Amino acid sequence: MNVAIPFSAQLINLFASVILLLGFAMLAQRRVLQLINLFALQGLTLCLSTVVAAVTTGQSHLYWSAALTLVLKAILLPWILHRLVRRLQVKGEVESLINIPTTMLVGIGLVIIAFNVALPISQLSHTITRGTLGIALATVMLAFLMMITRQKAITQVVGFLAMENGLFLAATSATYGMPMVVELGIALDVLVGVIILGVFFFQIRDQFDSLDIRHMERLKDS
Amino acid sequence: MTSLLPIDTLLTAACTWLAIGLLGLVAPRNTRFISKTLFPLGALVGVLVGLVALGSLGGPAQTAVLVIGLPDLPFHMRLDNLSAVFALLLGFVSAGISIFAAGYFRKGEGTAPGVLCLEYHVFLASMLLVLLADDAYAFMVAWETMALSSFFLVTTDHRHEEIRRAGFLYLLIAHIGAIAILLSFAVMTGGAGDYSFAGMRSQGLSPFWASAAYLLALAGFGAKAGLVPLHVWLPEAHPAAPSPVSAMMSGVMLKTAIYGLLRVSFDLLHETIWWWGVVALAVGLVTALFGVLYSTVQNDMKRLLAYSSIENIGLIAVGIGLTQIFHAYRMEALAALAMTAVLYHCLAHAGFKSLLFLCTGSVLHATRERSLGKLGGLIHRMPWVAWLALAGVIASAGLPPLSGFVSEWLLLQSFLFSPGLPHPWLNMVVPVAAALVALVAALAGFAMVKFYGIIFLGQMREPGLKDAKDAGPWEKSGLVWLALITLLLGILPSTVISRIDAATRQLLGTGLADKLEQQGWWMLAPISPERASYEPVIFLVTIAVALLLGRWLVRHLYHGRVRRTTAWDCGYYFQGPRAQDTAEGFSQPIRRIFGPMFRMQRHLPTARDTAPYYTVKVEDHFWYWLYLPLAKLVGRVSTLVTILQGGRIAVYLMYSFVTLLVLLLVARP
Repeated sequence: MNVAIPFSAQLINLFASVILLLGFAMLAQRRVLQLINLFALQGLTLCLSTVVAAVTTGQSHLYWSAALTLVLKAILLPWILHRLVRRLQVKGEVESLINIPTTMLVGIGLVIIAFNVALPISQLSHTITRGTLGIALATVMLAFLMMITRQKAITQVVGFLAMENGLFLAATSATYGMPMVVELGIALDVLVGVIILGVFFFQIRDQFDSLDIRHMERLKDS
Repeated sequence: MTSLLPIDTLLTAACTWLAIGLLGLVAPRNTRFISKTLFPLGALVGVLVGLVALGSLGGPAQTAVLVIGLPDLPFHMRLDNLSAVFALLLGFVSAGISIFAAGYFRKGEGTAPGVLCLEYHVFLASMLLVLLADDAYAFMVAWETMALSSFFLVTTDHRHEEIRRAGFLYLLIAHIGAIAILLSFAVMTGGAGDYSFAGMRSQGLSPFWASAAYLLALAGFGAKAGLVPLHVWLPEAHPAAPSPVSAMMSGVMLKTAIYGLLRVSFDLLHETIWWWGVVALAVGLVTALFGVLYSTVQNDMKRLLAYSSIENIGLIAVGIGLTQIFHAYRMEALAALAMTAVLYHCLAHAGFKSLLFLCTGSVLHATRERSLGKLGGLIHRMPWVAWLALAGVIASAGLPPLSGFVSEWLLLQSFLFSPGLPHPWLNMVVPVAAALVALVAALAGFAMVKFYGIIFLGQMREPGLKDAKDAGPWEKSGLVWLALITLLLGILPSTVISRIDAATRQLLGTGLADKLEQQGWWMLAPISPERASYEPVIFLVTIAVALLLGRWLVRHLYHGRVRRTTAWDCGYYFQGPRAQDTAEGFSQPIRRIFGPMFRMQRHLPTARDTAPYYTVKVEDHFWYWLYLPLAKLVGRVSTLVTILQGGRIAVYLMYSFVTLLVLLLVARP
């Protein structure tokens, strides 16, 4: 196809692929603090891509979305998570249930599925950002995969937040973002969710002397 | 000012019952206020309901739409003759039970009296609403309220493990039944989405779907009424509940199920297919025979009565089946006869069975004992209860001149005409069923002799029984009220039938009243006086005269000396209380003859035993053939399901993830 893609769309595609790349990096990252940094970076990239979309389309509410993303996902949540990790003294490495290379291979398979699934949907869409829908879906799936394969409760929270990043990207790419009210609501939910989970971490650690979720297997009905 | 229609009065009565129940919560621990004020008030409302229903019989149907309910789906209410007959039953019988309950509930027995008062009156109101409901929605709401409130009443004494188990079993089967009823209603709407009964009447279903609706209704209402094989909750729940509650459930609640069955099969479904009647007849016969056989071998007085209720419900189902067969072949006069027998037996059973259950309550309070083997000779200490129980026992045994005889006689009369059926198999097989009904009636007599003889006659089997006190004034009045109902139903059958005939006429288009009016009130001849007739008053007078004359002759012509000796010592020189026939011993011949019908575990003493003992445990075959295999199957399936619950969060997340992936791949545009 020889269709000229406008510069702004290329920029957005670039940012989107950076987000996907960061998703893979998070999947491969063993250290908790680095993981949080990567998450902050992902939030920043998301913010930049939204700003580009806002400039191109002139939709003013996208600026607000971008600002919200910046404050919440690039600054506030990473800061809270950093504090949590320090207070909880989560040490060094994060063990994974499946080894990293296998996880990466599964991740590549998921990306293929995501692109395949997103193709017919993005053809229906008329936004300049429509090409990124597959990437957004892949980001969601990679984050989900991270939640499944990791054993520390805190990494699961990071996975959950990364999933939300993917959803946000999907919303921006398919329809230039959700209505402002919905976006504000989701942002608040995520913030409150992280705070509640933070409280839970302390409870879990008090109970099991560890944040390893394998200890919670005992909780089921026998 | 518009005049107050009967239906408005009945709805007000239901609200008053609810209000009385709520008043009980004001002072839940004040036993005096609740039992001496609220329960008699409830009884008064009951009498009012009975009178209003009696007055509305024969009038046109009235409808009302309540404002409560869902938006656009208000409760429809309708009072027609069928509802009125059952409301009459509910009102008068519940009045007697409420008066009795005023003296029965005491401090410190399980649930607080205020809560009990609420549950009891909610139960009453919901039964009345079941009878008045005119759409499936209102019916199901009232039906479920009835099931729930009675569940809480059954588990009044919830500290005992077996009572909780009985309550659970009851709730389980009640819900299975409710699902069947709901499905039956759904079939009857025919997909039109109109859940009012008027809409169902106009549906005109195909024979296949009508049969499906009928069978579902039979299963659903059968579960509530206690038709085999859904009867298992009855002998567990009735002994577990306090006696007034058992009386209410057995006397009135089972009849609401009969009401539902009649409503569906004769009113909502526009035509009757002959084999429906055969199904009801067969199920009813099995139920009656099963119930009566098990009632003869019970050693707990309330279990005995519970099985006897199963038997009576079976007889009612037999009557319904016979009505359907006659109705399907357009033999309306005979159908009307069988239907009258059904309605009459509902009234009669409600009266005498609640009377008997209340008598067991009085015995239980006086002796703290419910095992027949530890009672005996109570007629000396509790003459009131004993003589009133005699009325119930005679009626239950189906002996003249009380109520049970009339209905069983009518039922057998209608059987006598079944050879005239225009179907080659039915006219041969149905008369055989009549023989079985006669056997059931005879065995019911046996069970009642056992019940009465072991509890009230003979000598006291335990020394503690000497301190037994007769029932208090409230309890006595309740018993007298119910005994009067039994007596009136027994000696005035023509009058009663000409009143309830309106319901028969509504369902079948014809009734018995015209014939009866030519004959006068003292005589009952449903087909023709030449063929068979029954004059209860003459019978009663003859018996009374013969008894009094005999007594007078013995007193004056014979030597007149009275010598008191031990009861039933049969001429032996020494016959102590321990040597009397026991409850087990009395029913031993039945256990022998019908051995294969029971599942028995016996231990017989041998000559060499140092400590000889004898036990016999009779259990229900249905537990082992139907319920336990089913329970095992459910257990196995749920074990399979718990494999999914591994306890690992990663696995749980995996489930959602895989579901998401599969959905994405399968549900593509």
